[in-house]
Order: sequence, then structure tokens, then C-alpha cells
Amino acid sequence: MDPVTAMYVAQGIHGLAYGMILFLVASGLTLIFGMMGILNLAHASFFMLSAYISYTVLQVTGNFWLALLIAPVVSAVIGILMERFLLRRVHASGHIGELILTVGVALVILESVKVFWGTENLPLPVPEFLQGLVSVAGLEYPIYRLFIIALALVLLAILTVILYKTRLGMVVRAAVSDADMVNALGVNVPLVFMAVFGIGTWMAGIAGVAIAPILTVFPGLADQMGMDAFMVVVTGGFGSLGGAFLVSTIFGLLSSYGVQFVSALAPVLMFIFMAIVLVIKPMGLFGERE
Amino acid sequence: MLLDVKKLNTYYGESHVLQDMSVAVKDGEIVALLGRNGMGKTTTLKSIIGLAKPKSGTVLFQGKDITGFAPYKVARTGIGYVPEDRRIFPNLSVLDNLKMGIKHGKEFQTGGQNQWTFERIFKHFPYMKARTNQRGALLSGGEQQMLAIARTLMGNPDLLLVDEPTEGLAPVLVEEVRDMLEEINKAGVSILLVEHNLKVALSLANRVYLMGKAHLGFTGTVEELKAQPEIRVKYLEV
Repeated sequence: MDPVTAMYVAQGIHGLAYGMILFLVASGLTLIFGMMGILNLAHASFFMLSAYISYTVLQVTGNFWLALLIAPVVSAVIGILMERFLLRRVHASGHIGELILTVGVALVILESVKVFWGTENLPLPVPEFLQGLVSVAGLEYPIYRLFIIALALVLLAILTVILYKTRLGMVVRAAVSDADMVNALGVNVPLVFMAVFGIGTWMAGIAGVAIAPILTVFPGLADQMGMDAFMVVVTGGFGSLGGAFLVSTIFGLLSSYGVQFVSALAPVLMFIFMAIVLVIKPMGLFGERE
Repeated sequence: MLLDVKKLNTYYGESHVLQDMSVAVKDGEIVALLGRNGMGKTTTLKSIIGLAKPKSGTVLFQGKDITGFAPYKVARTGIGYVPEDRRIFPNLSVLDNLKMGIKHGKEFQTGGQNQWTFERIFKHFPYMKARTNQRGALLSGGEQQMLAIARTLMGNPDLLLVDEPTEGLAPVLVEEVRDMLEEINKAGVSILLVEHNLKVALSLANRVYLMGKAHLGFTGTVEELKAQPEIRVKYLEV
């Protein structure tokens, strides 16, 4: 195989894999923002928390699938409890209170993981059956990255079916544009909020488990991801799942090819892309509300 | 008494928007709530459906105290809300907008023999049948108004709260909406109507309430109001 082509392909796969992880985090963030008008600054913390929990599950059981099953569910349960017992109480006092509360939760999670797991980088092995490369049509692909891409696509498909083929999905799409009106039509909107919050944190949790073997687990994990996911939501349009998917993919590819071709500019490419989009479309690519 | 609202007090921050507001609707009636802008008509409807929280006072519906209930709980007792500006879901199709009005679970079906089905809606609103797949955002103002009413009817309400249904509509559409409300009322749904168009309001209503600043000014039948032109001047004319 031509080594140059191989390098392009490898960079592309790395970029797509990061883009998909970004999408798993950003999709929950954008749905929660779209429905509830809350920018959940603790969202990436659930992503990090799940990575830590998966580390412990792996240490105890040695089973990657078990980690992938348990860690996101635990994160989602904590997310649901946060929505039900904290966010809902400050909801009446407006968005500022909610914003401050999510910052508080993010700090509590950050300090908690330091207490329980320490501050150093915890390495996780890529599960054995997902190690190595697979050869297709003369090109070699890292299996674990392909696995992440496939996992994200499966989740995207499930999410799309729920959103566009079920009553719950219809209610969520309606609530993204006008939650009060949905409430006034007899739908238990607080319950739907809780469900969306749970699904959102669960997806972020999946991303946390998936990224752990690539980046290792450390307390700063939430910072970079939180920033990138927020930029995806702004650029794709608040509340737009399609926008989140498209922009996540673009960001992933921008970061990997950026490093390769214009390494000096690579850290700011996403910001440049966001700025250009927002100049042309202030509400983001697919945004319908400010 | 179908709806009995007694001495509601509602605030937006510091501003006392409703002061001891009372209004009642009997079974089968159309009651019009009139007054100039900013008198608290919309807030009265919002305080009933639960989108605004009254500080004091009571809302009785079919004898049951529903004061301070969450909007979805109020809706499930059999009250339908057709808001100002229609608030059609722009990203949903006409059919999905109608489906959003359906309340699930048997206990929420309060319409009894008077159920609203898709066939019945399409009989009343024929143009909708041809446009079921069109996005709500692409409808004209009049079509959105009809859809907002139809959407609420899908929940089989016993009482409709309708806020400014003819605002911004061409005269021919104003007539159409007026006739539609009359038809719905004849089908057994009581209506509490907030309306700027005095001609429309007086031609529909059994009784009228006039609101002064944040409180009730006059209560009576349409005939009584027509017999007292000075009241019209005081509460309605600019």
C-alpha cells in the first residue's frame, strides 16, 4: 500500500472516531438545551464520570462489555437524579439559577473523581478482540476506531427511529420548539424532560467508556470535551440532532487533518469554522430558535 | 357551573397583573372576556391553564379545585387551551400537530360520547385533509389558527380557552373562525373567549366580562352591555 494514502486514511479514521465521540456527547447536550432551555455545563462531567466508572468495572471484572453496559447507566441514573431533585427545584427561578447549578454539579463531580480515583492518568487497555488492524481492499484500519464509529452510527440510527417514528419522539420534537404548549396540551412534560436528560447523559456515558482506552482517564477529560461539544451545539444549531451529527463529523476531520497539514493552525480550525458559520447563519446550521 | 374562577391574584415579578379576578362559565356557554390591551385577559387564561401561577384565589372546574395544577394536569381535566399567536409546532406536520392534541390513557378521555376523531376534524376542517404532511410553519395565519383549534379539540375538551383567535386575519377568515367557534360550541364545547374584535365577540357570546386594569369592570349579558353605551366607552373604546 502507498504509505501516503495509508496515512490519509488513518488520519481520516481517527478524525471520524473523535467526531463520533463528540457527537455522542453533543447530541444529549443539544437535545437538553433545545427542550429545556438549559445549557447543562455538567454534561461533559457525566462523560468523564462514566470513563472513571468503566475503569473500575474493568479492573474488577475485566469485561469490556460489562463496562460499556454499567458505566453509562450509572451516569444516566445520577443525571436523572440531578434533573429530578436539583434542576427541577430551581427551574422556577429562571435560567441563571439552572446554569449556576450545573456548574456546581460539574465541580462536585470533578472533586469526587479526584477523591475516589486520584489525579493521575489511569490507563485502560483497548479490549483484546478490538486491538490491531483490519485489512480491507489493500488499506489497513484500526479496529477499535472502526468499532467506535459503528457504535455511534448504531446509536444515531436508534435515536433517529425514536425521534421520528414514535410518539415520544414527536413529543420531544414538539417540546424542542415549544415545551409550554406541549404541557398545556396534556403531556407530562416534566417526565419527558427527565427521560431526555437520562438518554442524553447515557449517550455521554457511552462516549466516556469509548474514549477511555484512547486518551486514558484523568480529571481534565471533561474540559476539552465540554468545550468541543458546546461548539458543536452552537455551530449545528441548538436542538438540532442532524446539525450536531454533521458538525461533529466536520470537527473530527478538521482536527485530524488539521494536525497533518497545518499543524500550527490546528487548534483554532474549529473556532474559525464556527465563526464562519455563525456569521452566515447566526442560529447555527440547522437552528430554528435563538 | 362548569368553570368558576374566584378572586385570582397573579403577579409577574412585582407587577400585580390580576387583582381579585373572577369569571364563570356555565355548561354550553360562550363567555367573552373583553378589555383593552394589557388589562390581564391573557393572564386570566394562563392562570386557569396553569402557565401562570396565581398567588391566591381558586379555580374550580366541574366542582374540582384545580388551582395551581401543572398545565398538563389542568388539560387532562378537560380544559383545552388555544393560545395567542396559535403556537403551532412549526417543525411538525399538520397530522403530527393534531396527534399532539390527543391525550393518552382512558382517564384523560373526558369527551365521552362527544369524541373528536380525525374524521370528525377533517369534516369540520376539510382543507387539512389534503395537507396532513405539510409542515406547520408553511401554513398561513388563518390555517394555523384553524389547526390550533383543531389540535386542542383532539383532546376532547369540555371547555376551550381561546385567546385572540381572529387577530391578524383577513376579514373573510375572521368570519370563518367565528363560524367555526359557533359550530364547535353547538357540538357541546363551552368556550371562554378573549377577543379584540367586538363584533365577533358580541355575536358569539352569551355573556361578557369587561376588564379594567387588572380587575373586573362589568359583567352581564350581551343585551345588557348593548343597553349601556357608557360602559363600552369606559372599558373598550380607545
